[in-house]
Amino acid sequence: MTKEEAPVLLEVRGLAAKAGSAQILKGIDFTVRAGEVHAIMGPNGSGKSTLSKVLAGHPAYEVTAGTARFDGQDLLAMAAEDRARAGFFLSFQYPVEVPGVANAQFLRLAYNSIQGARGRDELDPLEFDDYVREKMKLLEMAPAFLDRSLNTGFSGGEKKRNEILQMALLEPRLAFLDETDSGLDIDALRVVANGVNTLRNDDNAVVLVTHYQRLLNYIVPDYVHVMDGGRLVKTGGKELAIELEARGYDWIQKSAA
Amino acid sequence: MSTALKSLIDQPYRHGFVTDIESDSVAKGLSEDVIRLISRKKNEPDWLLEFRLKAYRHWLEMTEPTWPNVKYPKIDFQDIIYFSAPKPKKKLASMDEVDPELRRTFDKLGVPLHEQAALAGVAVDVIFDSVSVTTTYKKKLADVGVIFCSFSEAVREHPDLVRKYLGSVVPHGDNYYAALNSAVFTDGSFCYIPKGVKCPMELSTYFRINTQESGQFERTLIVAEEGASVSYLEGCTAPQFDTNQLHAAVVELVALDNANIKYSTVQNWYAGDENGRGGIYNFVTKRGLCKGVNSKISWTQVETGSAITWKYPSCVLLGDNSVGEFYSVALTNHMQQADTGTKMVHIGRNTRSTIISKGISAGGSNNSYRGLVKIGAKADGARNFSQCDSMLIGDRCAANTFPYIQVQNDSAKVEHEATTSKIGEDQLFYFASRGIDAEEAVSMIINGFVKDVFTQLPMEFAVEAGRLLGLKLEGSVG
Ligand SMILES: Nc1ncnc2c1ncn2[C@@H]1O[C@H](COP(=O)(O)OP(=O)(O)OP(=O)(O)O)[C@@H](O)[C@H]1O
Ligand SMILES: [Mg+2]
Repeated sequence: MTKEEAPVLLEVRGLAAKAGSAQILKGIDFTVRAGEVHAIMGPNGSGKSTLSKVLAGHPAYEVTAGTARFDGQDLLAMAAEDRARAGFFLSFQYPVEVPGVANAQFLRLAYNSIQGARGRDELDPLEFDDYVREKMKLLEMAPAFLDRSLNTGFSGGEKKRNEILQMALLEPRLAFLDETDSGLDIDALRVVANGVNTLRNDDNAVVLVTHYQRLLNYIVPDYVHVMDGGRLVKTGGKELAIELEARGYDWIQKSAA
Repeated sequence: MSTALKSLIDQPYRHGFVTDIESDSVAKGLSEDVIRLISRKKNEPDWLLEFRLKAYRHWLEMTEPTWPNVKYPKIDFQDIIYFSAPKPKKKLASMDEVDPELRRTFDKLGVPLHEQAALAGVAVDVIFDSVSVTTTYKKKLADVGVIFCSFSEAVREHPDLVRKYLGSVVPHGDNYYAALNSAVFTDGSFCYIPKGVKCPMELSTYFRINTQESGQFERTLIVAEEGASVSYLEGCTAPQFDTNQLHAAVVELVALDNANIKYSTVQNWYAGDENGRGGIYNFVTKRGLCKGVNSKISWTQVETGSAITWKYPSCVLLGDNSVGEFYSVALTNHMQQADTGTKMVHIGRNTRSTIISKGISAGGSNNSYRGLVKIGAKADGARNFSQCDSMLIGDRCAANTFPYIQVQNDSAKVEHEATTSKIGEDQLFYFASRGIDAEEAVSMIINGFVKDVFTQLPMEFAVEAGRLLGLKLEGSVG
């Protein structure tokens, strides 16, 4: 089966969204098929994180036009938790800290709510402990992170690893990874990228937001999109990322204008 | 605020029913005659009437304090019923004799009277309006010499003990509401643990206000003799009226050498409606005296109810090496107001105190922590640690922290930490993006927030308190 024939996981058409009175997304079109890796690059403030949050259902944003279908369902009509239960996963650029809530407890609640939605068995704390420790090995995370408060006082890189740990636990159909590489040291980048690659298969897909070509050496994209001013202004193959690294965004912005 | 968040914090009050029991009330209003009448109805000795009258005369000279960070219309003290007792009031020998209507009330409240009490190992004293209805497990306690009875009974059966300690921690003129209580209190609980005895079960009092226009003025006195220890629980609910009722209790604790008193409260008085109509004014004076060396008094409170909560369970650390603790969760929602905290007064040497306060504000409520740590000149080596955390849910509520620290001894060590956090959209969205709905998210965050306090509660109480917080904040999500 070639990738062009693989089933469509996510289809976004004409998506526009605003926060308060600021129109941030101004008509986004893109299609993600099972088995694909997409990269979205683009200058600061161009709307990459906003796109991820609109798709995940953040209440601060209002969709003003367009559609998004996920695995055959109207994504925009679903509550945020139902999007997650349907297999949409967002790795946050800035994961929030939640003091007092143990990471292990949070991870188990998340895992069980997704498992429950899939009609699968939930795990009790002991079973889950074994399961999560396995997944942590994949990401070379110390078990001590289980007992700490969720993201609280985690270093930038540790937060990102904890996000990918959640991806590993929740086994999403589509993972939207927003600057997961930012804050990771060189070794951590390799570990996390390996982790993501291990989780990939023909049935799921990954959308990566990144500023750096380096990540894409590890997780090789099928498509690279450039976002600017709330639009995807250019799409190409993996060589586009190399070109961007060399030339910046100027030439695209000029040719788009 | 998101609609999910809003529906979470709009939960109805479940204890708002009124029990239809005939009551014997004294007409509204306060005067020396009313006080004499109360005292006569209760067949009190002269010294107690004198105590009341002294307090009343003192109270007349006092003015209502205005320093707390709460707002309410002026209370008309002549518009309150000062004595209301369920009828008939013959002496009860066993639970079976309790008015069935009253029993049903307690069943509805889930009070573990009766067999439940046996299972839970709890001895319960129930204060209905102002009069103690019954105490269970008296016999078992009597075997080890523990006295646990209504205050009225204590006055009759153990007048010397009552006379010795009444007002010894909170004097009759201590403050406006304590003076009022001293003048008009009608009942309460008395508990005496003799020398060297470890009380074999948790002691528990359940308070209930039932009459619309009555005030509730109970008095609790707990004395732990040398080497004695006791854990005491207090729960409270009230029906739903659209007027306010005043609750002005006084609790006195006395711990002698090496004695240990643990006092836990789960307060769920009616809080008023969403617009702030009705609810209890909970103006209570609670103070413990660590009189002996190595004594320890620990207050744990979970305050979820009342229109206004205004109280500072305190410890006076007189004995050398004595220890005071205050663990508090105060939750306010809608238009509730709370100004609560503690006072730790270090007098003896090497005295230690710990304060852990967790305030949760939701809706349009206002939640203040106010605490005093005072280290006296002779308190060599005294230490205090205070941690005051506030959690805000939504954008319309407020939280304040007013720590007062007075140190007169250079060798003392006082530490104070404070944090404010907020359950906002971003946290809830983070949970939602992992398949966790707002209700579960809030309960998980709150449970994490109050953990340090809840671990101090006795098991059954921790469960009840957890359920109560859940009730106050959870609901079906939009
Ligand atoms: N909730 C919000 N309210 C107001 N403005 C917002 C909001 N969210 C995003 N914006 C604005 O929208 C624009 C796009 O923000 P976004 O975070 O999507 O950018 P980004 O492409 O992810 O940038 P970066 O590469 O720096 O992460 C920015 O100008 C930002 O300030
Ligand atoms: Mg971003």
